[in-house]
Amino acid sequence: MSVMTTETTPLDMTPREARRTRGREPWGSPATYFIAFLFIALCLGPVLYIVIGGFRDNSQITSSPAGFPTPWRFDNYLDVLTSSIFWQQIGNSTIVGVTTTIGVVVLGVMVSFVLARYHFHGRAAMYSLFAAGLMFPMTVAITPLYILVKDLGLMNSLAGVILPQIGFGLPVTVIILVPFLKAIPDEIEEAASIDGASRLGFFFRMVVPLSLPGVVTTGILAFVASWNSYLLPLFILSDQTMYTLPLGVQAFASQYSVDTAKVLAFTSLSMIPALIFFTLFERRIVGGLTGAVKG
Amino acid sequence: MSEPQGATSLADQRPPQGTQKAGDGARRAPSPAGPRPGRRKADWRKRLEITVLSGPAIVVFVGFVIFPVILAGYYGFFRWKGYGPATDFVGLGNYLIIFTDSAFHEVLAHNGIILVLSLVIQGPIAIILALLLNQKIRGRSVIRVLIFVPYIISEVIVGIGWGLMLQTSGAVNDLLQSVGLGALRADWLSDPNIAIWSLMIIISWKYIGFAVILFLAGLQSIPDELFEAAAIDGASYWQIQRSITLPLLGPTLRIWAFLSIIGSLQLFDLVFIIWGQYVASTAGTSTMATYMVANGRTSGNFGYGSAVAVVMFLISLVIALTYQRFVLRRDTAGALTERRK
Repeated sequence: MSVMTTETTPLDMTPREARRTRGREPWGSPATYFIAFLFIALCLGPVLYIVIGGFRDNSQITSSPAGFPTPWRFDNYLDVLTSSIFWQQIGNSTIVGVTTTIGVVVLGVMVSFVLARYHFHGRAAMYSLFAAGLMFPMTVAITPLYILVKDLGLMNSLAGVILPQIGFGLPVTVIILVPFLKAIPDEIEEAASIDGASRLGFFFRMVVPLSLPGVVTTGILAFVASWNSYLLPLFILSDQTMYTLPLGVQAFASQYSVDTAKVLAFTSLSMIPALIFFTLFERRIVGGLTGAVKG
Repeated sequence: MSEPQGATSLADQRPPQGTQKAGDGARRAPSPAGPRPGRRKADWRKRLEITVLSGPAIVVFVGFVIFPVILAGYYGFFRWKGYGPATDFVGLGNYLIIFTDSAFHEVLAHNGIILVLSLVIQGPIAIILALLLNQKIRGRSVIRVLIFVPYIISEVIVGIGWGLMLQTSGAVNDLLQSVGLGALRADWLSDPNIAIWSLMIIISWKYIGFAVILFLAGLQSIPDELFEAAAIDGASYWQIQRSITLPLLGPTLRIWAFLSIIGSLQLFDLVFIIWGQYVASTAGTSTMATYMVANGRTSGNFGYGSAVAVVMFLISLVIALTYQRFVLRRDTAGALTERRK
């Protein structure tokens, strides 16, 4: 876990600060850049195919599937951007993602605090229970989960997606946060209690602010997982207006399967929110993943 | 499987002896006066805090993660269409059908192939790339971001994009034709001999960035002093990689392999999106999860679907536990069998 804590300090710096403290790095050998360039081209090629394909029309795509737009057509993108269903589905995805994230983070911090800083019988069992949750992927539980959500009357509602996602997000959160909270020195807690703060006062005044880097990491992981999740919404949501973006993209692709250009435009537009989110939080996401593995 | 309930009640009620011990230490120092009533009050307070703080998480976790898994075990013994109470008890009937169904045997084989090929293809490439990118060179962070892009994009988008590119009249065949490799054109998605390799290409494309990032993080946690010492002793670059880097990267490699194995066993989204629920089996790419959905929910046999889920869960569990027992033991000794002091 020490890795996690040492890594968060540089993450807090702006890139410019980091560069200044580190000094300019030397150029590598051309061979390194060549291999890196090849690999990046392979990584980005299909993404560019989707984005650029959206600027073509169907006759262009049929006559030359791998070509460039001649001329560039913008009506596919405009069509999608002016359709209400696209924005509706972005809205649904946002609601589900944000609520899931808040749920995972709030419940996760609370239970991690108990696991990290209270001593009681069954604590180890409780921790193992959550750790074991890592081995219950949603795929395995999906059929009974569907039945459970149906029995709760939450079919075709966003809550029916959100609640299970919070449950399945908790194990990772607990695994990341518990070491984080344990790392807060006992002296701080003692000082707080001498100053008259209760355990809960300590929790809100000290623990929450101090664990913020870990909390942000787990929050981002929960949001990305929710934004991309497909299987659960596929089972729970049945109405196009309730669809989250991944379901919407797939429904659109099968509905307009002859209109390849429009499908590509819709697909590439639905990719953008995730990519923006990723560029904003790249350091946190990468740091969080490595932290999760080290934890 | 009664563990969850056990844990809840443990957290709520059991504390007496444990709390006294912890309470003793905490309370002796500040206030020597009136230990009895104070201690009891503190005990109650602590129990209440534990319940309030951990209660919601445990309820949601047990309710939506553990309980469905148990439910699957229950429904697996019934022939049940998903309406009303399950009454048509068939014992192990569903399981007998699963294990004698040749479609399930195929699915198992596909999962096995995907599991092995994922490790064999992604592992070495990712290690080489991580070693290459571990030098402190200009532009490193940009490269790191770009190779991670496929991992961030959702499976649905990856599936649709690659699905279109790999169509018989799609971009890949067109590209091969135009660079003079027309002989390599193929029915990437529908030819049963090729489809699984197409799937492996897509899987590698999607997940290799994740492996590279993990390995890079693992490499960066190796102290620089080791490399400097080895360099002073006259070790060559490759000697250093072989005798220092790879052994010290061991824990990261083993964790990655674990995540990859679990992911391979659960693979669903990509296959379901590209090959649909029916074509997958004729193209030879169906997995346990697509089999479960096709024979469970899609055909309305929820009892049977639950039984498939149980089989999937047990296979994953056995593989995961075996792996942890024999491979991960040292690395996660603290994580899963955590015991303080």
